[in-house]
Amino acid sequence: MNLRISTAPHIHHPVTTQRLMIYVLLALLPTTAVGIYAFGLPALMLLAISCVTAVLSEFLWQKIAKKRVLISDCSALVTGLILGLNLPANAPWWLAVIGSAFAVLLVKQLFGGLGDNFLNPAMAARAVLLASWPVHMTSFVLPTFFSGADAVTGATPLATKSAQLMDLFMGNIPGTIGEVSKVAILLGLLILLFTRTITWHIPFTMVASVFVFSWLFGADPVYAILSGGVLFGAVFMATDYVTNPMTASGKMIYAAGIGLIIAVIRQFGAYPEGVTYGILLMNIATPLIDRFLPQKIYGRQKEVKKA
Amino acid sequence: MSEKMKLGKVISNGIVTENPTFRLVLGTCPTLAVTTSAINGLGMGAAATFVLICSNLVISLLRNFIPDKVRIPAFIVVICTFVTMVQLLMQAFIPSLYDALGIFIPLIVVNCIILARAEAFASKNGPVASACDGLGMGIGFTVALVILGSIRELIGNGSIFGMNVLGASYEPMLLIVLASGGFLTYGLMLGLFNLIVKKSEDKKKRKEAEAA
Repeated sequence: MNLRISTAPHIHHPVTTQRLMIYVLLALLPTTAVGIYAFGLPALMLLAISCVTAVLSEFLWQKIAKKRVLISDCSALVTGLILGLNLPANAPWWLAVIGSAFAVLLVKQLFGGLGDNFLNPAMAARAVLLASWPVHMTSFVLPTFFSGADAVTGATPLATKSAQLMDLFMGNIPGTIGEVSKVAILLGLLILLFTRTITWHIPFTMVASVFVFSWLFGADPVYAILSGGVLFGAVFMATDYVTNPMTASGKMIYAAGIGLIIAVIRQFGAYPEGVTYGILLMNIATPLIDRFLPQKIYGRQKEVKKA
Repeated sequence: MSEKMKLGKVISNGIVTENPTFRLVLGTCPTLAVTTSAINGLGMGAAATFVLICSNLVISLLRNFIPDKVRIPAFIVVICTFVTMVQLLMQAFIPSLYDALGIFIPLIVVNCIILARAEAFASKNGPVASACDGLGMGIGFTVALVILGSIRELIGNGSIFGMNVLGASYEPMLLIVLASGGFLTYGLMLGLFNLIVKKSEDKKKRKEAEAA
């Protein structure tokens, strides 16, 4: 077969990495704003520190390794912001620094940079922080703007199972900066869907899977999807381009797997929350899913089995 | 080349060019398991070095008497003898280290470095060279374990050899002394070692090119 490669001009598609990342940042805006409004100055500081560290680590690495400096594609900024939103508002500043640097340097750059990381950087960094400093990562404060008090610490409603559903939905619960307000996360989801940054498959399948499996395992399914990081993870972290399968059916298997792992860890595991491990484990399973459900190549028919 | 130079090369071979941990990637199980502190790494390394030297020596002396078909069981019997000696000696004289290393002392028997050197070196070379090879490999293993143990103890506990270095306000990173932290540290060190070796080889090549 004679393949011909045509010369320019090609039709140029306006979607670039930078543009997609800006859409993600835009979608994170409501969550970030509500987080800062709810938790006040400490949350703002933490988010700023983690964003700056992430971008700075990427810049320095690419300088030292003599690679093209690609910080303008905003992917490091997204990683830093998502990591910051995954921290409790009263976490010490160095937690944000270590987390962001770990995410960008070890999880992303050491594996070859954007597109070659096999784990979601922010998620992996969160897992590292959780295993290393469990006390800092699990002591949450109640958002201050609902109560008016300075700061009240509390256990995550996942452990106590005592919050009202309305509070869970609006965000009047102790939790990480980003996960508390479900309204803001849903707004972000709408932005991502509207700009076609992501498709519906992963977030909807993942939430449905958590709902179904929690119900099967005897937990309150509505409480299960509204508490903890399920929605935040489903919208912003499971949908990371690099670490989820290519095909729609693959994405749904991936998302259903995350939901199952979350429900299992929450109901039978030692940890109150399983979103981090659910997403990481299915990140690892992604190449396997892609191998069994490869993309159909345009114009090619299924091979006819010989009788 | 004189005999002495050769022996020196055999020893340095085990420490640098064929470092069992960082170059051959042998004996990773005890490496990951015991390097939670520098002193554990040193103890493990010393025990393995003793077994390596003795077993290499004895196997080399017996190399013409061991039938080829049963050589592996014969090697294992020799190695077991010395491991048992080490185990009893450590239990008697340094019980704290013995408790810290636990199951990994008897497991030196199946440490692939020792069997690999018996198979690859001692069964083909004379007793003096074999003992030197055991010494070099043992030192290489010990150095690697102490490096890994020091890094992990420093980050995961704020101390080196039990001495507090980073002060009381340091909050240790627990992950590094867990198993996953072991893999992480080991992987990063392997990468660093490869980078250094590659850099020095590139330099050598460039020099040769310039000379030519």
